[in-house]
Amino acid sequence: MGTFFEMGGYAAYVWPAYGLATLVVVGLLVLSVRRLRSAERMLTLLEQARRERVDDGPDA
Amino acid sequence: MHRFANPARFMRLSARLLPWLAGATALLLAVGLYLALIASPPDYQQGQAVRIMYVHVPSAWLSMAVYGAMALASIAYLVWKHPLAGLFTKAVAPVGAGFTALCLVTGSLWGEPMWGTWWVWDARLTSVLILFFLYLGYIALVGAFDDAERGLRVGAVLVLVGTVNLPIIKFSVDWWNTLHQPASVGRLDGPTMDTAMLIPLLVMALAFTLLFAVLALVRTRAELTWRKVEVLRLFQAAGE
Amino acid sequence: MRALWHLIRRDLTLVLRSGTDAGAALAFFVVTVTLFPFGIGPEPEILGRVAAGLIWVSALLATLLSMERLFQADYEDGTLDQLLLAGVSAEAIAMAKIAAHWLVTGLPLLIVAPVMAALIQLPAGAYGVMIASLALGTPVLSLIGGIGAALILGARRGGALLALLVLPLFVPPLIFAVGAIDAAALGLSPRPNLLFLAGLLAAALPLAPVAAAAAIRQVLD
Repeated sequence: MGTFFEMGGYAAYVWPAYGLATLVVVGLLVLSVRRLRSAERMLTLLEQARRERVDDGPDA
Repeated sequence: MHRFANPARFMRLSARLLPWLAGATALLLAVGLYLALIASPPDYQQGQAVRIMYVHVPSAWLSMAVYGAMALASIAYLVWKHPLAGLFTKAVAPVGAGFTALCLVTGSLWGEPMWGTWWVWDARLTSVLILFFLYLGYIALVGAFDDAERGLRVGAVLVLVGTVNLPIIKFSVDWWNTLHQPASVGRLDGPTMDTAMLIPLLVMALAFTLLFAVLALVRTRAELTWRKVEVLRLFQAAGE
Repeated sequence: MRALWHLIRRDLTLVLRSGTDAGAALAFFVVTVTLFPFGIGPEPEILGRVAAGLIWVSALLATLLSMERLFQADYEDGTLDQLLLAGVSAEAIAMAKIAAHWLVTGLPLLIVAPVMAALIQLPAGAYGVMIASLALGTPVLSLIGGIGAALILGARRGGALLALLVLPLFVPPLIFAVGAIDAAALGLSPRPNLLFLAGLLAAALPLAPVAAAAAIRQVLD
């Protein structure tokens, strides 16, 4: 197990490389999904508000 | 392509596709990581450091492939007025930039133990650096217009200008590199491809490609949804 | 063709009347080249080795500096709209502006550069090639910069954006131009590099106005 983490002495290079890759992959996924969710939430809110205004009538 | 031209249709199709793509991506990433870090052999010359290649090279491939996708989409957008193409280009630009940045940093991490220097102006790394600026320029440009549609159109022109220039840039950088050949720098390619190393490389490349597909769908959905939000906001403001 | 010539004359008059823009690029070029020896030391060997690059990067930045507002004034006061409505092609407008820009920026650089090159110890055999590279290269810079200027029309913070946009596109002419000068300085043939540079100019002359026009039309539709 120890030799695995040591990566033949190159641990200081290999692990940051894979760590950054993980960060980029996970980061892009998380940010993208969050952006989608917040857009969907905003859309639901606005559509709801629009329905209420239409129900109340234009002069309300 | 025409199947996806209708936004509502795109939303339905992407909703059905996403779970499968996400699952396949996770599977391939897991397999790829296992192969890259555990199952594949160390290199005769580079030792365990060669494992960085399994992240570096697929990132390089994706960074160029994403730009190619942006170029095709920009043509569809400007020439055929494909309604989703502009949003797709905007959506995937950060993904391309991310892969490019990953390629550059892993290139540094690979270069330091191999050649004792954190940055090397070798032809490929330099071209990727310039590609990174092309991505950043696009992202900045599209975001700089109050009128979102205008930003998409101008951005598409920029992408096409960049596409025409990319072969020229690559050629000139190659040329420049041979003129100034540094003392003992080889290509950041890794060893000649043994099957034991080719398979993990291809698996990781495929995993990254599927990841790109997932991100492209999610982000394009987000762009479409935000556009609907903007339209509703305008109605609201006009109605008040 | 006559319309193009009229446009160029109009743009030249506007620029020369304003005065400040025209001089700024040249002043920037002179100041930048002059500053370098203070930054990297006065040793002739070192200066001479990097002189070609210094001249060219300074010329490039000076071009960039004066490029930002290329279409701005006409865009803001509606002239651009009127010209297009009157049937003038966007390509002609772009070509005229770029030509005027080069006449006011590139040409003076070309004239002043040999003096600045002498200040930073450019090797003796390289002067002719340096002038040739600037003669071929500065129009390329104006042409590429023109595309950038058209792209940032109506954008916020256009200046910073412009630098980011055209930087990748400026790399090839820079490489070939400096390559030619360095070759000449070493006694080798500058022809391959100069031919590539000429090729860039030949390609940019028809293509850049088309790209700039496409950008202008996107903004005005």
